[in-house]
Amino acid sequence: MSWVHVMIVLPLLFAVFIPFLYKAFPKIHTGWFVLAVPVVIFGYLASFLPMVASGQTAMLEVPWIPYFDINFDVYVDGLGLIFALIISGIGALVVVYSIFYLSKAREALHNFYVYLMMFMGAMLGVVLSDNMIVLYLFRELTSVSSFLLIAYWYQRKQSRFGAQKAMLITVFGGFSMLAAILMLHNIGGTFSIQELIAQGDVVMQHELFLPAMLLLLLGAFTKSAQFPFHIWLPDAMEAPTPISAYLHSATMVKAGIYLVARYTPIFGGTPEWFWIVTGVGLFTLFWGSINAVKQRDLKALLAFSTISQLGLIMSLLGMGSAALYFGSGDDAAQIHLIAILAAVFHLINHSTFKGSLFMVVGIVDHETGTVDMRKLGGLMSIMPVSFTLALIGSLAMAGLPPFNGFLSKEMFFTGTLNAAQLDIFNVGTYGVMIPIVAWIASIFTFVYSIVLVAKTFFGKYQPERLEKEAHEAPLGMLIPPSILGFFVIAIFFFPNVLYDYVLHPMVNSIAPSIGPSLDYTIEAWHGWDAIELWMTVAVVALGLILFSTLKKWMWMYNNIPQSMHLNNWFSGGIRRMERVSHKIIDFHMTGYIRDYLVYILITFLIIVGGSFFLTNSFSMQSDIGEVNLFEYALAFGLIGAAALVVITRSKLTAVVSVGVLGYVIALFFIILRAPDLALTQLAIETVSVALYLLCFYHLPKLRSREEEQGEKFQPFNFIVALATGTLITLIMLSVNDHRLFESISWYYEDAYELAGAANMVNAILADFRAFDTYLEIFVLAIAALGVFALIRLRLNRRGRDESQ
Amino acid sequence: MKANDVILQTVTKVVSFIILSFAAYLFFAGHHDPGGGFIGGLVTASALVLLFLAFDIRTISNGIPINYRLLVGIGLAVSTVTAVGRSYDSRFSHTFEYVDFPLFGEIELATSVLFELGVVLTVVGGTLTIILSISEDV
Repeated sequence: MSWVHVMIVLPLLFAVFIPFLYKAFPKIHTGWFVLAVPVVIFGYLASFLPMVASGQTAMLEVPWIPYFDINFDVYVDGLGLIFALIISGIGALVVVYSIFYLSKAREALHNFYVYLMMFMGAMLGVVLSDNMIVLYLFRELTSVSSFLLIAYWYQRKQSRFGAQKAMLITVFGGFSMLAAILMLHNIGGTFSIQELIAQGDVVMQHELFLPAMLLLLLGAFTKSAQFPFHIWLPDAMEAPTPISAYLHSATMVKAGIYLVARYTPIFGGTPEWFWIVTGVGLFTLFWGSINAVKQRDLKALLAFSTISQLGLIMSLLGMGSAALYFGSGDDAAQIHLIAILAAVFHLINHSTFKGSLFMVVGIVDHETGTVDMRKLGGLMSIMPVSFTLALIGSLAMAGLPPFNGFLSKEMFFTGTLNAAQLDIFNVGTYGVMIPIVAWIASIFTFVYSIVLVAKTFFGKYQPERLEKEAHEAPLGMLIPPSILGFFVIAIFFFPNVLYDYVLHPMVNSIAPSIGPSLDYTIEAWHGWDAIELWMTVAVVALGLILFSTLKKWMWMYNNIPQSMHLNNWFSGGIRRMERVSHKIIDFHMTGYIRDYLVYILITFLIIVGGSFFLTNSFSMQSDIGEVNLFEYALAFGLIGAAALVVITRSKLTAVVSVGVLGYVIALFFIILRAPDLALTQLAIETVSVALYLLCFYHLPKLRSREEEQGEKFQPFNFIVALATGTLITLIMLSVNDHRLFESISWYYEDAYELAGAANMVNAILADFRAFDTYLEIFVLAIAALGVFALIRLRLNRRGRDESQ
Repeated sequence: MKANDVILQTVTKVVSFIILSFAAYLFFAGHHDPGGGFIGGLVTASALVLLFLAFDIRTISNGIPINYRLLVGIGLAVSTVTAVGRSYDSRFSHTFEYVDFPLFGEIELATSVLFELGVVLTVVGGTLTIILSISEDV
């Protein structure tokens, strides 16, 4: 148990005490107590930075279920550590923000912070675990806590809907990831990611390689809101804004990115990985940016923008994975590694500016009462600090200098241009599409970034449409986004400090074989002849043109056919699933016992008959033995009585025929020399026929003549009955032919010596196998008491009813 | 209301004793000849049912004041005790011995007969509980 383990479980442990603190100190906002946790975690984990910057890693092991190779192993390397720092750092800022955002009087703060701490611990577990099962456990815990957080205002229908949708989609991905993990365990014989990376060649040649990859990507794409699983993210915006800022921009949605990055050393360098990750990422980037422009709601805009930016990071990881195809000494590896560098760089940048933007949107929501852009406007002079922060965040998101988004956007273009020139994986002619799609998406990114600022802060102030009178937020709400805004600018001016301590260790983790040799200096200025610069200039120019003519082409969005809306697909799919399962259940669960009996018999016919048929087990003994006249006569009597039971319309005839059947069977027992059985059979048959007659006597008066005539002949039931009878007969004949070993009845022949009983049947019942008899008298006793209880209780109830 | 069933009642008075004796015979003969606890119990029950049919429930209940539900319990208890009684060596087993009685001569005594006695009591109690419950309901 190391301190890193303690740090992972610290939020979970602390969550236990939050409700007590909430009750014990009603005057103090619970968030202040919680704040200590992420600060401590951040402080402790930051001490590992020099270690990972020097290229070292640490594996800290704690056995949990060693028998199944499931251990709580923590692997501290660049990738995991930086993610953990983002989680705890932004977590601390979000807690500060939430202290001022959430009212102490009105909100159930203990719930909020318990869920938040659960989420933080789970997320730290995801990024630091080396064992895939533990990683899966923490991943599901993030899904659960995110579900709880989205539905924090559970009184609202939309919150519950959003939470359910997010849960369904992310847990679906979680299950497929679990399947992938089990496949990987099958391949490599270990749950440890690092050990799997070590035997990369074995994994790559295994036949389960592709299914494992696809299922794992499904898990990553659903979590990171990639197309077409992005639909949960806009609906998750019903959560309180601190949660949106934390989960749905900076941390949880990056869990999928983390997974892709983490598994790149195993799967990267293959054409499938390259094309799927790049393709899905690029399309998500494109789709998200286009959809963000049409949003009327600030949070929805940010949600689609997050989707788009996540697609950008994902596509960069896909393009960068090409580097793993080349050897460590190859220059091509270095060139394509820039894409991975850009991915991790943009990941950090996105966390800073998107977190700050969400917080600003939260401030706008908090101070004006709405996030609808049609009602907002002219807030620039009223909320100058928020405006400044929004401007910084938006321009960083649009990719303009002097903000960090510019640097990563330039590197993104570099990465796409490099990827287009790949001569492996059949990139060829389609490769040209990569930079073009990226470039178009960047234009739309620019447009919605401008829309975000312009619609909110410029224009005319409309106080009559706002719920509250707008004013600047309290200082505590402004500090967290200001810190993030500071980073947005600071990273632009000192990117290489970040490169040394953060980006290079992350690249080392994603591409362990070639990462350490990467030597790259991030520069804001590439010179006049760099294509990337002109691409950015074109983005700005076209973006400004598109923005100024926004009203003229907005109509295009309204003409998108309904079938293109994936939300309709999702809700339609859910509805259809419910309807189909309703139909299936209504179809086969008829409520009639005769139908269920048919199912049972058909199943029996298929399984037993089928297996007998397949194994060719039907056979008949050639020598059946002597059949004498008595037996023939009795058999005919038996058949006649049985036929009468089935054919007759009269119930009385049926009862009497059943009695005849019983007595004929007793006669059979006599002929076959079983006097005890015959005696008992006679007595029991008499009793049961008497009981049948009793039931018959008390049957209700029949309503019509048709009912009196009984059931119609149903050919299907007849066929099933005939088949069942035939099958059982055949089985009995076959069983008689398959005597595998001698009977053990010779043992009982010594009954007189062993049990002192000349009646062998009685000796078996009372001596040799008395336990059966013992329990059978219990059955009789229970039946008797059951009859007694049924009748008595009914009598009592009837008596009460009459008295009322 | 009730018809004059003197013949039935008179015959019943005689026959029921024959049936009961037959039941006792079946029970005791079970160890060596056809019969045993189950059929003995059923025949006993049939004798009692005949009595209930010929007379009425109240008369017979006053004459033979047996709580048949209690009889079920006693039967189960007897069987359990004989089964567990020998289980000091943790086995469910019976024993038997030949004992020389002064008047009857050598007679076999077996614990399985005690076990069967429990069966008889349970069967009689159970059957009559069922029949009497139903008849009370009608």
